[in-house]
Amino acid sequence: MKKGEDENSESIGESILELASSLRWKVGPDYHDQLMESIYRDAARMADRAVTAVDEKPRVDWDRLLDRAITSRIFGFPIMTIALAIVLWITISGANVPSALLSRLLLDKLHPLLRNAGAAVGLPVWLNGLTFDGMYLAMAWVVSVMLPPMAIFFPLFTLMEDFGFLPRVAFNLDPIFKKVGAHGKQALSMSMGFGCNAAGVISARIIDSPREKLIAIITNNFALCNGRWPTQILIATLFIGALVPPALAGLISSMAVVGIALLGVVLTFVTSWFLSRTILKGEASTFSLELPPYRPPQILRTLYTSLIDRTVFVLWRAVVFAIPAGAVIWLLANISASGLTIAEHLIRQLNPFGLLIGLNGVILLAYIIAIPANEIVIPTILMLTVMSKTIAGFGEGAGVMFEFEQLSSYRTVFSAGGWTLLTAINLMLFSLVHNPCSTTLYTIYKETRSVKWTLVSALLPVVMGILICFFIARLYFLLIG
Amino acid sequence: MKTHQRNECDSCSHSRSPHLTRLGINSDRFEFTVALAGNPNTGKSTVFNRLTGLRQHTGNWPGKTVTRAEGGFIYRDKRYKLIDLPGTYSLLSNTADEEIARNFILFGQPDVTVIVVDAMRLERNLNLVLQILEITEKSVLCLNLVDEASRHRITVNETKLAADLGVPVVPATARKGVGMAELLKAIHDVVHGLYPCRPHRIRIESETVRSAVEMLVEKLRAAYPGLPNTRWIALRLLEGDVSVIEAVRNNELASLGHDPMVEKGIDAVRAVAK
Repeated sequence: MKKGEDENSESIGESILELASSLRWKVGPDYHDQLMESIYRDAARMADRAVTAVDEKPRVDWDRLLDRAITSRIFGFPIMTIALAIVLWITISGANVPSALLSRLLLDKLHPLLRNAGAAVGLPVWLNGLTFDGMYLAMAWVVSVMLPPMAIFFPLFTLMEDFGFLPRVAFNLDPIFKKVGAHGKQALSMSMGFGCNAAGVISARIIDSPREKLIAIITNNFALCNGRWPTQILIATLFIGALVPPALAGLISSMAVVGIALLGVVLTFVTSWFLSRTILKGEASTFSLELPPYRPPQILRTLYTSLIDRTVFVLWRAVVFAIPAGAVIWLLANISASGLTIAEHLIRQLNPFGLLIGLNGVILLAYIIAIPANEIVIPTILMLTVMSKTIAGFGEGAGVMFEFEQLSSYRTVFSAGGWTLLTAINLMLFSLVHNPCSTTLYTIYKETRSVKWTLVSALLPVVMGILICFFIARLYFLLIG
Repeated sequence: MKTHQRNECDSCSHSRSPHLTRLGINSDRFEFTVALAGNPNTGKSTVFNRLTGLRQHTGNWPGKTVTRAEGGFIYRDKRYKLIDLPGTYSLLSNTADEEIARNFILFGQPDVTVIVVDAMRLERNLNLVLQILEITEKSVLCLNLVDEASRHRITVNETKLAADLGVPVVPATARKGVGMAELLKAIHDVVHGLYPCRPHRIRIESETVRSAVEMLVEKLRAAYPGLPNTRWIALRLLEGDVSVIEAVRNNELASLGHDPMVEKGIDAVRAVAK
C-alpha cells in the first residue's frame, strides 16, 4: 500500500516535470526577462504611489561633492595614499606609549618576578629558562608589540568602513584589479591586511568566485602588516635615515617605509596578474558595486565590535603560536653540540646563502624560527647576533630576547654583526616579501581547506623575496662594490 | 507598568521594546522561525543585532554578511529564532547567495519573513520584495533608514504601501532602535494570524507566460492540495531551478504543504549552501 502510494506520487512528480519542460520550450528563452519586466513594472508603480520626494536641491550636496573628490581621476589615488599614511601614522605613533607601558610591565617587571618565583619554588634551571625566558617572553613580546597597534588600527579601519570610505577605495582600485584578473573587492581584503594578514585573509570571504578569492588570499601577504611595521621603521631610521642630514632623517626614513608599503601594493597587482595568467587562469568576474551613502560612523559600537571580533581574535591566535616559538628559540640557543649551540651551527650553515642574497645567517635563522609572529623577528635577530658574536656588555643571555631603549645600542650590535646598507635594504625588502606568519598560514588553511594552496601561499613569497634580495645584492655590488 | 523597569536594558534609551528578551545566539526550543531578508546594505544585520542583542559585525558595505547568522529572542513569552539571510538584489539568478536565501524561504518555511528595505531606494528594493511575496505569504516589511531618507527629503507613505503590498509596513531607523517595538508587534501579529497577509502577486503581462504558469499551477494544485506557494513553484519550474525540480522529483513538495518540517528545510538549505 505504502509502496504503491510512493510510486504514484513519483509518477505525478515526473508528469509535472514533463509538463514543465514542454512549457519551457513554449515560453521561450526570454521568459526570464519577461518575468523581470513584470516585476519591475509592478515595483515602479507601487513606489510611485508611495514615495514623495521633494525635488528641491539642497544648497550643497556633500555626498556628491565628497564622491567627486574621492573617486576623481586626479585626486582619488593621492587621497587614498594620504588616508592610508594618516591611519598608519596614528597607529604607529599612538601605539608607542601603550606598547612601552606594556613592555615595561610584562618584560621589565613581570619577567624577572616570574623568573625569581620559578627559582624560589625550586624549578630546575633549564625548565625555568624554557618557561619564562622562552615561552613567556615570546608571548609577552607579541602582546606588547601587537596589541596596541591592532587596538588602534582595526577601529580606525572599521570607522572608515562604516563611514563609507572603503567602498570608494574598492571603486578606485577596481579597474586595476580587473586588469590583472582579480576581483575589485580585493582592495578591501588588501587594506585589511595592513592591520593583520590573518584578518585580511578572513575578509577575502566577501569575494564569491573561488578563483579570485584564492588570488586575494595568496597575495594578502604583500599588504605590510602591523607586525612588520616596527622592523621597517627601526631599520629605516638606523640605516636609511643615517644617509641624509639629521634634519631630513625623519622624513626620509618614513618615506622609505611608505615606499615599502606601496611596493607591497604594486607586488599585489603583479602577483595577482601572474597568478591569473598561470595557475589560477580566468577572467575577472564582473561585480556591481553600489556606492553606499556616507553615514556618520557609530563610534562606540565600532570600537566594541572591532575589538572583540578582530583584535582579541587575532591576538589570541598569535599568542597561541608565539608560545611554542619561544620554546624553540630558547632551546636552539641553549642546547650545545660539539662546543657550539644549535643556533650557532645553524647560523654558520645559513650564512653563505644569507650573504649571497645580501642578508646573513642570523637574519635567515631569525625568520625561520620567528615564523609564528613577525613581531619577534627583531628581538630574535638581536639575541642571535649578540650570542653568535658574543658582544660583551650586551644582551640578557642565551635564548633571551630583548630590545634596546636607545637607537645607538642597536647600531653597535648591528655593526658588530657585520651589517651594511645592503643588509638593511634587503631586510626591509625581505620583511615585506617572505612567507606569511604561521597564524596567517593557519588561517589560510582554515579558509581554503587545502594544503596545496597553503603551501603556494607560503612558498611563492619566499621564492620571490629571495630572488628580489639576490638581484638587489648583485646590483649593490655592481654599483657600490 | 511593570514592563518599563524590568531591567537596565529596558530602561535604556536604545531599547524601546517592552516584552522583549534578547537571547543572543541561544535559539533553542524556539516556537517560531523568523527570516531576515533584503537588499545588501539596508541594515539587516543591524535589525538582527537589535532583536537578538548580538553584536554581529555590521558595516556600511554591501555584502557584509558572509555567513548566515542565527539568534534568538523572546517576545510576549514566545521564543523566536531569527535567521539573517545574505542580502540579495533578486531571488531569480543562480548565485550562491540568492540560492541560499530563496531556498531557505521556500523550504525552510519561516513563520514570518521580515524584509528590510532602504526607504531611499524603495523602487529597486521592491523588486526583491515582490519576489519574496511570491514565495511566502507571511511577511513584514521593515522600511529602514527613514531618517536618512527624510534627510534627503524623501517620504514614504507606509499606509499606501501596506495596502498595495498586502503585508504590514513598519517604518524604522534600526541604527537608533527606532521602530523595533512596532516591528516586533507586527511579527507577533502576522505569526498569530492577527494580521491576515494578502500579498501582492506579480502581474504577468505576457499571455504565453501567463497561460503556461496557469497550466502548471493547476497541475501542481491537483497533485499537492494545501501547498501554499504553487505559483512560485510553477515560476521556478519554468526557469529550470534545479533544487525545485529535485524537490518535485523526490516528493519533498508534498511535505511542504502539510506539515512544515522546518528543520528538514534548514538541512536542505545547508546541503545546498555547501
